[in-house]
Amino acid sequence: MKMLMKGNEAICEAAIAAGCTAFFGYPITPQNEIPEYMSFHMTDRGGVFVQAESEIGAINMCYGAAAAGVRVMTSSSSPGIALKQEGISYLAGAQLPCVIVNISRSGPGLGGILPAQGDYFQCTRGGGNGDYYMPVYAPFSVQEATDLIFKAFDVADVYRTPVMVVADGMLGQMMEPVEINARPPVKTDKSWATNGESGTRPRNVVNSLNLNAEALEAMNHARFELYKEIEQKEMMVDNRVQDGDEIAIVAYGAPSRIVINAIDELKAEGINAGLIRPITLWPFPYDVFQNLPKSVKHILVCELSMGQMIDDVKIGVAGKYPVNFYGRCGGVIFEPSEIADAARKIVKGGC
Amino acid sequence: MITRILVSGFGGQGVLTLGQIMADIAMRKGSEVTWMPSYGAEMRGGTANCSVIISDKMIGSPIATTNIDILCAMNTASVTKFIDKVRPGGLVFVNSSIVKEKIERTDVTVLEIDASNIAVKIGNLRVANMVMLAGFLLKTDLFTIGDVEEVLKNRFATRNPQLIPLNLEAIKQGMEACGA
Repeated sequence: MKMLMKGNEAICEAAIAAGCTAFFGYPITPQNEIPEYMSFHMTDRGGVFVQAESEIGAINMCYGAAAAGVRVMTSSSSPGIALKQEGISYLAGAQLPCVIVNISRSGPGLGGILPAQGDYFQCTRGGGNGDYYMPVYAPFSVQEATDLIFKAFDVADVYRTPVMVVADGMLGQMMEPVEINARPPVKTDKSWATNGESGTRPRNVVNSLNLNAEALEAMNHARFELYKEIEQKEMMVDNRVQDGDEIAIVAYGAPSRIVINAIDELKAEGINAGLIRPITLWPFPYDVFQNLPKSVKHILVCELSMGQMIDDVKIGVAGKYPVNFYGRCGGVIFEPSEIADAARKIVKGGC
Repeated sequence: MITRILVSGFGGQGVLTLGQIMADIAMRKGSEVTWMPSYGAEMRGGTANCSVIISDKMIGSPIATTNIDILCAMNTASVTKFIDKVRPGGLVFVNSSIVKEKIERTDVTVLEIDASNIAVKIGNLRVANMVMLAGFLLKTDLFTIGDVEEVLKNRFATRNPQLIPLNLEAIKQGMEACGA
Protein backbone atom coordinates (compact mmCIF):
# COMPACT_ATOMS: atom_id res chain seq x y z
CA MET A 1 0.00 0.00 0.00
CA LYS A 2 1.25 3.45 -0.83
CA MET A 3 1.84 5.88 2.03
CA LEU A 4 2.56 9.59 1.96
CA MET A 5 5.93 9.91 3.66
CA LYS A 6 8.80 12.35 4.04
CA GLY A 7 12.02 11.15 2.44
CA ASN A 8 13.74 11.06 5.82
CA GLU A 9 11.00 8.92 7.37
CA ALA A 10 10.72 6.60 4.40
CA ILE A 11 14.48 5.95 4.57
CA CYS A 12 14.01 4.80 8.20
CA GLU A 13 11.06 2.58 7.36
CA ALA A 14 13.08 0.95 4.57
CA ALA A 15 16.12 0.48 6.82
CA ILE A 16 14.06 -1.27 9.50
CA ALA A 17 12.40 -3.45 6.85
CA ALA A 18 15.87 -4.28 5.49
CA GLY A 19 16.82 -5.76 8.85
CA CYS A 20 18.71 -2.83 10.35
CA THR A 21 18.70 -3.52 14.09
CA ALA A 22 21.05 -0.79 15.30
CA PHE A 23 20.96 2.95 14.69
CA PHE A 24 23.35 5.52 16.12
CA GLY A 25 23.00 9.19 15.32
CA TYR A 26 23.38 12.77 16.38
CA PRO A 27 21.04 15.66 15.51
CA ILE A 28 21.67 18.02 12.59
CA THR A 29 19.27 19.70 10.14
CA PRO A 30 17.97 18.68 7.59
CA GLN A 31 18.09 15.00 8.64
CA ASN A 32 16.60 15.26 12.13
CA GLU A 33 13.51 13.24 11.20
CA ILE A 34 15.78 10.21 10.76
CA PRO A 35 17.05 9.90 14.36
CA GLU A 36 13.62 11.10 15.56
CA TYR A 37 11.81 8.35 13.63
CA MET A 38 14.37 5.74 14.68
CA SER A 39 14.02 6.75 18.33
CA PHE A 40 10.28 6.03 18.10
CA HIS A 41 10.32 2.88 15.99
CA MET A 42 13.66 1.10 16.39
CA THR A 43 13.23 -0.20 19.93
CA ASP A 44 9.56 -1.15 19.31
CA ARG A 45 10.79 -3.57 16.68
CA GLY A 46 13.56 -5.16 18.67
CA GLY A 47 16.39 -2.88 17.59
CA VAL A 48 18.79 -0.53 19.33
CA PHE A 49 18.73 3.27 19.15
CA VAL A 50 21.34 5.52 20.71
CA GLN A 51 21.61 9.28 20.37
CA ALA A 52 25.38 9.41 20.63
CA GLU A 53 27.40 12.16 22.28
CA SER A 54 28.68 13.26 18.86
CA GLU A 55 28.88 12.24 15.21
CA ILE A 56 32.25 10.64 15.95
CA GLY A 57 30.70 8.66 18.77
CA ALA A 58 27.90 7.50 16.46
CA ILE A 59 30.15 6.26 13.66
CA ASN A 60 32.33 4.36 16.14
CA MET A 61 29.25 2.75 17.66
CA CYS A 62 28.45 1.66 14.08
CA TYR A 63 31.94 0.15 13.88
CA GLY A 64 31.23 -1.86 17.02
CA ALA A 65 27.80 -3.06 15.91
CA ALA A 66 29.06 -3.93 12.42
CA ALA A 67 31.95 -5.89 13.95
CA ALA A 68 29.37 -7.83 15.97
CA GLY A 69 27.72 -8.77 12.67
CA VAL A 70 24.44 -6.82 12.76
CA ARG A 71 22.99 -4.52 10.13
CA VAL A 72 23.70 -0.98 11.29
CA MET A 73 23.01 2.54 10.04
CA THR A 74 23.91 6.11 10.95
CA SER A 75 22.81 9.37 9.40
CA SER A 76 24.01 12.94 9.40
CA SER A 77 24.43 15.98 7.18
CA SER A 78 27.50 17.44 5.49
CA PRO A 79 29.56 18.87 8.42
CA GLY A 80 28.46 15.90 10.53
CA ILE A 81 29.62 13.53 7.77
CA ALA A 82 32.95 15.39 7.79
CA LEU A 83 33.28 14.43 11.46
CA LYS A 84 32.51 10.78 10.61
CA GLN A 85 35.24 10.47 8.00
CA GLU A 86 37.80 8.95 10.37
CA GLY A 87 35.30 6.26 11.30
CA ILE A 88 34.35 5.63 7.67
CA SER A 89 38.00 5.07 6.79
CA TYR A 90 38.31 2.64 9.73
CA LEU A 91 35.16 0.79 8.56
CA ALA A 92 36.71 0.50 5.09
CA GLY A 93 40.04 -0.62 6.59
CA ALA A 94 38.41 -3.22 8.84
CA GLN A 95 36.09 -4.30 6.01
CA LEU A 96 32.92 -3.69 7.96
CA PRO A 97 29.46 -3.30 6.39
CA CYS A 98 27.60 -0.15 7.43
CA VAL A 99 25.06 2.19 5.82
CA ILE A 100 25.67 5.91 6.17
CA VAL A 101 22.92 8.34 5.15
CA ASN A 102 23.98 11.88 4.24
CA ILE A 103 21.09 14.35 3.88
CA SER A 104 23.50 17.01 2.76
CA ARG A 105 23.40 20.79 3.16
CA SER A 106 25.29 23.75 1.81
CA GLY A 107 28.87 24.52 2.82
CA PRO A 108 31.73 24.87 3.38
CA GLY A 109 32.02 24.97 7.15
CA LEU A 110 28.77 24.93 9.08
CA GLY A 111 27.24 26.44 5.92
CA GLY A 112 23.47 26.51 5.60
CA ILE A 113 20.65 23.98 5.85
CA LEU A 114 19.23 24.26 2.34
CA PRO A 115 19.77 21.78 -0.52
CA ALA A 116 23.26 21.64 -2.03
CA GLN A 117 25.57 19.13 -3.69
CA GLY A 118 28.96 20.40 -2.57
CA ASP A 119 29.68 17.05 -0.90
CA TYR A 120 30.29 15.10 -4.12
CA PHE A 121 34.05 15.00 -3.57
CA GLN A 122 33.58 14.21 0.12
CA CYS A 123 31.30 11.28 -0.75
CA THR A 124 33.14 9.81 -3.70
CA ARG A 125 36.76 10.60 -2.90
CA GLY A 126 36.56 10.17 0.85
CA GLY A 127 37.53 12.67 3.50
CA GLY A 128 39.06 9.79 5.39
CA ASN A 129 42.65 8.65 5.01
CA GLY A 130 44.01 5.80 2.96
CA ASP A 131 43.25 3.93 -0.22
CA TYR A 132 39.55 3.24 -0.15
CA TYR A 133 36.27 3.85 -1.94
CA MET A 134 32.73 3.18 -0.89
CA PRO A 135 29.61 2.70 -3.00
CA VAL A 136 27.56 5.92 -3.03
CA TYR A 137 23.87 5.91 -4.00
CA ALA A 138 22.09 9.15 -4.99
CA PRO A 139 18.29 8.69 -5.18
CA PHE A 140 16.08 11.29 -6.89
CA SER A 141 12.71 10.35 -5.40
CA VAL A 142 11.38 9.13 -2.07
CA GLN A 143 10.52 5.79 -3.70
CA GLU A 144 14.01 5.36 -5.13
CA ALA A 145 15.53 6.33 -1.76
CA THR A 146 13.73 3.43 -0.06
CA ASP A 147 14.60 0.96 -2.82
CA LEU A 148 18.27 1.98 -2.64
CA ILE A 149 18.35 1.55 1.15
CA PHE A 150 17.62 -2.18 0.64
CA LYS A 151 20.31 -2.27 -2.03
CA ALA A 152 22.77 -0.39 0.21
CA PHE A 153 22.43 -2.90 3.07
CA ASP A 154 22.86 -5.84 0.70
CA VAL A 155 25.89 -4.34 -1.07
CA ALA A 156 27.45 -3.45 2.31
CA ASP A 157 27.12 -7.07 3.46
CA VAL A 158 28.18 -8.74 0.20
CA TYR A 159 31.36 -6.66 -0.24
CA ARG A 160 31.97 -5.92 3.48
CA THR A 161 32.17 -2.19 2.91
CA PRO A 162 30.62 1.00 4.22
CA VAL A 163 27.98 2.29 1.78
CA MET A 164 26.66 5.84 1.58
CA VAL A 165 23.21 7.00 0.50
CA VAL A 166 23.39 10.71 -0.27
CA ALA A 167 20.43 13.04 -0.79
CA ASP A 168 19.70 16.61 0.16
CA GLY A 169 17.11 18.46 2.21
CA MET A 170 14.80 18.58 -0.81
CA LEU A 171 14.46 14.79 -0.80
CA GLY A 172 14.68 14.48 2.97
CA GLN A 173 11.93 17.01 3.62
CA MET A 174 9.57 16.34 0.71
CA MET A 175 6.64 13.95 0.91
CA GLU A 176 5.71 11.57 -1.90
CA PRO A 177 3.59 8.44 -2.10
CA VAL A 178 5.89 5.53 -1.40
CA GLU A 179 5.64 1.78 -1.17
CA ILE A 180 8.21 -0.06 0.96
CA ASN A 181 9.20 -2.93 -1.34
CA ALA A 182 10.62 -5.13 1.40
CA ARG A 183 12.72 -8.10 0.37
CA PRO A 184 14.65 -10.59 2.47
CA PRO A 185 18.24 -9.53 3.20
CA VAL A 186 20.87 -11.23 1.05
CA LYS A 187 22.49 -14.05 3.02
CA THR A 188 26.21 -13.59 3.63
CA ASP A 189 28.80 -15.42 5.69
CA LYS A 190 29.52 -13.40 8.82
CA SER A 191 31.77 -15.96 10.48
CA TRP A 192 34.31 -13.12 10.86
CA ALA A 193 32.06 -11.29 13.34
CA THR A 194 33.14 -10.73 16.93
CA ASN A 195 29.87 -11.88 18.43
CA GLY A 196 30.99 -13.37 21.73
CA GLU A 197 31.16 -16.96 20.50
CA SER A 198 34.93 -17.32 20.61
CA GLY A 199 34.65 -20.44 22.78
CA THR A 200 33.26 -22.38 19.83
CA ARG A 201 35.71 -21.22 17.14
CA PRO A 202 39.13 -19.53 16.78
CA ARG A 203 39.09 -15.99 18.15
CA ASN A 204 38.01 -13.31 15.67
CA VAL A 205 39.76 -9.93 15.58
CA VAL A 206 38.35 -6.91 13.71
CA ASN A 207 41.00 -4.26 13.21
CA SER A 208 42.30 -1.79 10.65
CA LEU A 209 45.84 -1.60 12.06
CA ASN A 210 48.49 -3.48 10.11
CA LEU A 211 52.15 -2.60 10.71
CA ASN A 212 53.50 -5.13 8.23
CA ALA A 213 53.99 -3.24 4.95
CA GLU A 214 53.77 -6.28 2.66
CA ALA A 215 50.70 -7.63 4.45
CA LEU A 216 48.93 -4.27 4.33
CA GLU A 217 49.76 -3.87 0.66
CA ALA A 218 48.29 -7.33 -0.01
CA MET A 219 45.15 -6.38 1.92
CA ASN A 220 44.76 -3.21 -0.13
CA HIS A 221 45.18 -5.19 -3.34
CA ALA A 222 42.55 -7.67 -2.19
CA ARG A 223 40.16 -4.82 -1.36
CA PHE A 224 40.73 -3.22 -4.75
CA GLU A 225 39.85 -6.54 -6.39
CA LEU A 226 36.50 -6.20 -4.62
CA TYR A 227 36.22 -2.58 -5.82
CA LYS A 228 36.76 -3.82 -9.37
CA GLU A 229 33.90 -6.27 -8.90
CA ILE A 230 31.70 -3.49 -7.48
CA GLU A 231 32.50 -1.34 -10.54
CA GLN A 232 31.48 -4.19 -12.84
CA LYS A 233 28.35 -5.34 -11.02
CA GLU A 234 26.90 -2.46 -9.02
CA MET A 235 27.13 0.62 -11.26
CA MET A 236 23.68 2.18 -11.82
CA VAL A 237 22.65 4.95 -14.21
CA ASP A 238 19.35 6.33 -15.51
CA ASN A 239 20.27 7.20 -19.10
CA ARG A 240 17.35 8.82 -20.94
CA VAL A 241 19.32 10.12 -23.93
CA GLN A 242 17.71 8.99 -27.18
CA ASP A 243 18.83 9.00 -30.77
CA GLY A 244 18.10 12.50 -32.08
CA ASP A 245 18.98 14.28 -28.85
CA GLU A 246 21.37 17.14 -29.45
CA ILE A 247 22.42 17.80 -25.88
CA ALA A 248 22.85 15.47 -22.91
CA ILE A 249 22.24 17.06 -19.51
CA VAL A 250 23.91 15.33 -16.57
CA ALA A 251 22.52 15.71 -13.06
CA TYR A 252 22.01 13.54 -9.98
CA GLY A 253 19.77 13.38 -6.94
CA ALA A 254 16.67 15.50 -6.39
CA PRO A 255 18.04 18.42 -8.49
CA SER A 256 17.86 16.13 -11.54
CA ARG A 257 14.07 16.46 -11.27
CA ILE A 258 14.43 20.16 -12.03
CA VAL A 259 16.46 19.18 -15.10
CA ILE A 260 13.58 16.89 -16.16
CA ASN A 261 11.29 19.96 -16.17
CA ALA A 262 13.89 21.96 -18.12
CA ILE A 263 14.13 19.17 -20.71
CA ASP A 264 10.33 19.24 -21.16
CA GLU A 265 10.59 23.00 -21.71
CA LEU A 266 13.37 22.55 -24.29
CA LYS A 267 11.54 19.77 -26.15
CA ALA A 268 8.43 21.96 -26.39
CA GLU A 269 10.45 24.44 -28.45
CA GLY A 270 12.14 21.82 -30.60
CA ILE A 271 15.48 21.41 -28.83
CA ASN A 272 16.03 17.70 -28.21
CA ALA A 273 17.71 17.10 -24.89
CA GLY A 274 18.13 13.99 -22.76
CA LEU A 275 18.99 13.35 -19.12
CA ILE A 276 21.88 11.24 -17.87
CA ARG A 277 21.39 10.60 -14.16
CA PRO A 278 24.12 8.67 -12.35
CA ILE A 279 22.44 6.68 -9.55
CA THR A 280 25.75 5.40 -8.19
CA LEU A 281 28.24 8.27 -7.83
CA TRP A 282 30.88 5.65 -7.09
CA PRO A 283 31.18 3.56 -9.14
CA PHE A 284 30.57 6.35 -11.68
CA PRO A 285 29.02 5.40 -15.04
CA TYR A 286 32.00 6.58 -17.13
CA ASP A 287 31.17 4.30 -20.08
CA VAL A 288 27.84 6.01 -20.76
CA PHE A 289 29.71 8.98 -22.19
CA GLN A 290 31.54 6.86 -24.76
CA ASN A 291 28.34 5.28 -26.06
CA LEU A 292 26.04 8.22 -26.70
CA PRO A 293 24.01 8.45 -29.92
CA LYS A 294 25.77 10.25 -32.80
CA SER A 295 23.20 13.07 -32.61
CA VAL A 296 24.64 14.27 -29.29
CA LYS A 297 26.90 17.27 -29.79
CA HIS A 298 27.00 18.88 -26.36
CA ILE A 299 27.17 17.95 -22.69
CA LEU A 300 25.80 20.14 -19.92
CA VAL A 301 26.46 19.25 -16.29
CA CYS A 302 24.05 20.74 -13.72
CA GLU A 303 24.86 20.61 -10.02
CA LEU A 304 23.91 22.49 -6.88
CA SER A 305 27.59 23.24 -6.37
CA MET A 306 30.45 25.09 -8.05
CA GLY A 307 31.06 21.93 -10.12
CA GLN A 308 32.32 18.66 -8.68
CA MET A 309 30.69 15.74 -10.55
CA ILE A 310 31.81 17.55 -13.72
CA ASP A 311 35.31 16.15 -13.07
CA ASP A 312 33.96 12.59 -13.38
CA VAL A 313 31.94 13.54 -16.46
CA LYS A 314 35.14 14.87 -18.05
CA ILE A 315 36.93 11.61 -17.27
CA GLY A 316 34.07 9.73 -18.95
CA VAL A 317 33.90 12.08 -21.94
CA ALA A 318 37.69 11.89 -22.38
CA GLY A 319 37.75 14.91 -24.65
CA LYS A 320 35.05 13.60 -27.00
CA TYR A 321 32.64 16.50 -26.38
CA PRO A 322 32.89 19.98 -24.90
CA VAL A 323 31.60 19.80 -21.31
CA ASN A 324 29.62 22.80 -20.07
CA PHE A 325 28.47 23.57 -16.56
CA TYR A 326 25.55 25.31 -14.89
CA GLY A 327 25.25 25.39 -11.12
CA ARG A 328 23.87 27.29 -8.16
CA CYS A 329 25.12 26.89 -4.62
CA GLY A 330 24.83 28.05 -1.05
CA GLY A 331 21.31 26.64 -0.84
CA VAL A 332 19.96 28.46 -3.93
CA ILE A 333 18.08 25.98 -6.13
CA PHE A 334 18.09 26.46 -9.89
CA GLU A 335 14.80 26.97 -11.72
CA PRO A 336 14.00 24.83 -14.78
CA SER A 337 14.13 28.02 -16.89
CA GLU A 338 17.74 28.72 -15.86
CA ILE A 339 18.84 25.28 -17.05
CA ALA A 340 16.81 25.60 -20.24
CA ASP A 341 18.49 28.99 -20.88
CA ALA A 342 21.95 27.50 -20.35
CA ALA A 343 21.15 24.60 -22.71
CA ARG A 344 19.66 26.93 -25.33
CA LYS A 345 22.79 29.11 -25.36
CA ILE A 346 25.04 26.07 -25.78
CA VAL A 347 22.97 24.58 -28.62
CA LYS A 348 22.41 27.86 -30.46
CA GLY A 349 26.01 28.97 -29.88
CA GLY A 350 27.08 25.75 -31.58
CA CYS A 351 30.29 25.49 -29.55
CA MET B 1 -2.65 17.83 -16.38
CA ILE B 2 -0.52 19.35 -13.63
CA THR B 3 -1.64 21.60 -10.79
CA ARG B 4 0.94 23.65 -8.89
CA ILE B 5 -0.31 24.81 -5.50
CA LEU B 6 1.48 27.05 -3.01
CA VAL B 7 0.07 27.34 0.52
CA SER B 8 1.68 30.14 2.48
CA GLY B 9 1.21 31.94 5.80
CA PHE B 10 2.51 32.40 9.33
CA GLY B 11 4.10 29.43 11.06
CA GLY B 12 1.33 28.03 13.27
CA GLN B 13 -1.50 28.78 10.82
CA GLY B 14 -1.49 25.20 9.63
CA VAL B 15 -0.23 25.84 6.11
CA LEU B 16 1.96 22.71 6.09
CA THR B 17 -0.92 20.56 7.38
CA LEU B 18 -3.30 22.01 4.80
CA GLY B 19 -0.84 21.05 2.08
CA GLN B 20 -0.44 17.56 3.52
CA ILE B 21 -4.19 17.00 3.56
CA MET B 22 -4.42 17.92 -0.12
CA ALA B 23 -1.40 15.72 -0.94
CA ASP B 24 -2.96 12.83 0.96
CA ILE B 25 -6.24 13.20 -0.96
CA ALA B 26 -4.38 13.32 -4.28
CA MET B 27 -2.46 10.13 -3.42
CA ARG B 28 -5.68 8.31 -2.47
CA LYS B 29 -7.18 9.34 -5.80
CA GLY B 30 -4.24 7.74 -7.57
CA SER B 31 -2.51 10.92 -8.76
CA GLU B 32 1.20 11.61 -8.71
CA VAL B 33 1.83 14.12 -5.94
CA THR B 34 4.66 15.88 -4.12
CA TRP B 35 4.58 17.98 -0.94
CA MET B 36 7.59 20.14 -0.21
CA PRO B 37 7.86 22.48 2.79
CA SER B 38 10.00 25.55 3.10
CA TYR B 39 12.47 24.53 5.78
CA GLY B 40 14.66 27.52 6.48
CA ALA B 41 14.97 28.72 10.05
CA GLU B 42 11.18 28.72 10.46
CA MET B 43 9.52 29.50 13.77
CA ARG B 44 6.02 30.09 15.10
CA GLY B 45 4.99 33.56 13.92
CA GLY B 46 7.54 33.53 11.09
CA THR B 47 6.61 32.63 7.53
CA ALA B 48 6.11 29.12 6.26
CA ASN B 49 4.96 27.69 2.98
CA CYS B 50 4.59 24.40 1.19
CA SER B 51 4.38 23.41 -2.45
CA VAL B 52 1.90 20.74 -3.47
CA ILE B 53 2.10 19.48 -7.04
CA ILE B 54 -0.59 17.15 -8.35
CA SER B 55 -0.15 15.55 -11.75
CA ASP B 56 -1.20 12.62 -13.88
CA LYS B 57 2.43 11.96 -14.85
CA MET B 58 5.78 11.87 -13.07
CA ILE B 59 6.53 15.13 -11.28
CA GLY B 60 9.86 16.84 -11.88
CA SER B 61 10.74 19.61 -9.47
CA PRO B 62 8.62 19.52 -6.29
CA ILE B 63 8.94 23.29 -5.84
CA ALA B 64 5.95 25.44 -6.86
CA THR B 65 7.14 28.92 -5.88
CA THR B 66 7.00 30.07 -9.52
CA ASN B 67 4.36 29.62 -12.23
CA ILE B 68 1.80 28.98 -9.50
CA ASP B 69 -1.67 27.71 -10.54
CA ILE B 70 -3.25 28.19 -7.11
CA LEU B 71 -1.92 30.46 -4.37
CA CYS B 72 -3.50 30.02 -0.95
CA ALA B 73 -2.25 33.03 1.03
CA MET B 74 -3.04 33.17 4.73
CA ASN B 75 -1.17 36.37 5.58
CA THR B 76 -0.09 39.65 3.96
CA ALA B 77 3.57 38.66 3.59
CA SER B 78 2.49 35.67 1.47
CA VAL B 79 0.53 37.87 -0.91
CA THR B 80 3.40 40.34 -1.20
CA LYS B 81 5.94 37.61 -1.84
CA PHE B 82 4.03 35.35 -4.23
CA ILE B 83 1.28 37.30 -6.03
CA ASP B 84 3.56 38.05 -8.98
CA LYS B 85 4.49 34.37 -9.21
CA VAL B 86 0.93 33.25 -9.97
CA ARG B 87 0.48 32.40 -13.64
CA PRO B 88 -1.99 34.49 -15.67
CA GLY B 89 -5.41 32.86 -15.27
CA GLY B 90 -4.42 31.35 -11.93
CA LEU B 91 -6.42 31.27 -8.71
CA VAL B 92 -5.64 33.24 -5.55
CA PHE B 93 -7.36 32.41 -2.24
CA VAL B 94 -6.76 35.11 0.35
CA ASN B 95 -7.39 35.02 4.09
CA SER B 96 -9.22 38.36 4.14
CA SER B 97 -9.41 38.40 7.96
CA ILE B 98 -5.73 39.31 7.92
CA VAL B 99 -4.95 40.52 4.39
CA LYS B 100 -6.52 43.96 4.00
CA GLU B 101 -4.74 45.07 0.83
CA LYS B 102 -6.67 44.71 -2.45
CA ILE B 103 -4.99 42.55 -5.05
CA GLU B 104 -4.29 44.71 -8.08
CA ARG B 105 -3.72 41.96 -10.63
CA THR B 106 -6.70 41.59 -12.94
CA ASP B 107 -5.47 38.51 -14.82
CA VAL B 108 -6.02 36.13 -11.88
CA THR B 109 -9.22 35.03 -10.11
CA VAL B 110 -9.23 36.19 -6.50
CA LEU B 111 -11.43 34.67 -3.81
CA GLU B 112 -11.44 36.39 -0.42
CA ILE B 113 -12.18 34.06 2.49
CA ASP B 114 -12.72 35.48 5.99
CA ALA B 115 -10.89 32.43 7.33
CA SER B 116 -9.43 33.50 10.68
CA ASN B 117 -12.66 35.23 11.78
CA ILE B 118 -14.80 32.25 10.79
CA ALA B 119 -12.45 29.93 12.68
CA VAL B 120 -12.67 32.09 15.81
CA LYS B 121 -16.47 32.11 15.49
CA ILE B 122 -16.50 28.29 15.41
CA GLY B 123 -14.35 28.34 18.51
CA ASN B 124 -10.83 27.46 17.36
CA LEU B 125 -8.51 29.74 15.40
CA ARG B 126 -6.47 26.68 14.46
CA VAL B 127 -9.05 25.56 11.90
CA ALA B 128 -8.55 28.70 9.78
CA ASN B 129 -6.55 26.55 7.35
CA MET B 130 -9.57 24.31 6.83
CA VAL B 131 -11.78 27.32 6.14
CA MET B 132 -9.37 28.15 3.30
CA LEU B 133 -10.12 24.72 1.78
CA ALA B 134 -13.49 26.19 0.79
CA GLY B 135 -11.69 27.97 -2.06
CA PHE B 136 -10.42 24.67 -3.48
CA LEU B 137 -13.85 23.07 -3.15
CA LEU B 138 -15.66 25.96 -4.82
CA LYS B 139 -13.21 26.89 -7.57
CA THR B 140 -11.49 23.63 -8.55
CA ASP B 141 -12.36 20.03 -9.36
CA LEU B 142 -9.39 18.66 -7.42
CA PHE B 143 -11.46 17.00 -4.67
CA THR B 144 -14.80 16.92 -2.85
CA ILE B 145 -15.69 17.47 0.78
CA GLY B 146 -16.16 13.68 1.00
CA ASP B 147 -12.48 13.22 0.04
CA VAL B 148 -11.46 15.65 2.79
CA GLU B 149 -13.63 13.82 5.30
CA GLU B 150 -11.97 10.51 4.48
CA VAL B 151 -8.50 11.96 5.10
CA LEU B 152 -9.62 13.66 8.33
CA LYS B 153 -11.03 10.36 9.57
CA ASN B 154 -7.77 8.65 8.78
CA ARG B 155 -5.82 11.32 10.67
CA PHE B 156 -8.01 11.84 13.71
CA ALA B 157 -10.37 8.86 14.15
CA THR B 158 -8.33 7.06 16.79
CA ARG B 159 -6.76 9.83 18.83
CA ASN B 160 -8.84 13.01 18.34
CA PRO B 161 -12.21 12.05 16.80
CA GLN B 162 -13.80 15.28 18.11
CA LEU B 163 -11.64 17.22 15.62
CA ILE B 164 -13.39 15.70 12.61
CA PRO B 165 -16.76 17.53 12.94
CA LEU B 166 -14.94 20.74 13.95
CA ASN B 167 -12.81 20.67 10.79
CA LEU B 168 -15.77 19.80 8.56
CA GLU B 169 -17.78 22.63 10.10
CA ALA B 170 -14.92 25.03 9.30
CA ILE B 171 -15.00 23.99 5.65
CA LYS B 172 -18.80 24.29 5.42
CA GLN B 173 -18.81 27.74 7.03
CA GLY B 174 -16.10 28.85 4.63
CA MET B 175 -18.15 27.67 1.65
CA GLU B 176 -21.28 29.40 2.93
CA ALA B 177 -19.39 32.65 3.53
CA CYS B 178 -18.23 32.51 -0.10
CA GLY B 179 -21.82 32.25 -1.27
CA ALA B 180 -22.10 28.50 -1.80
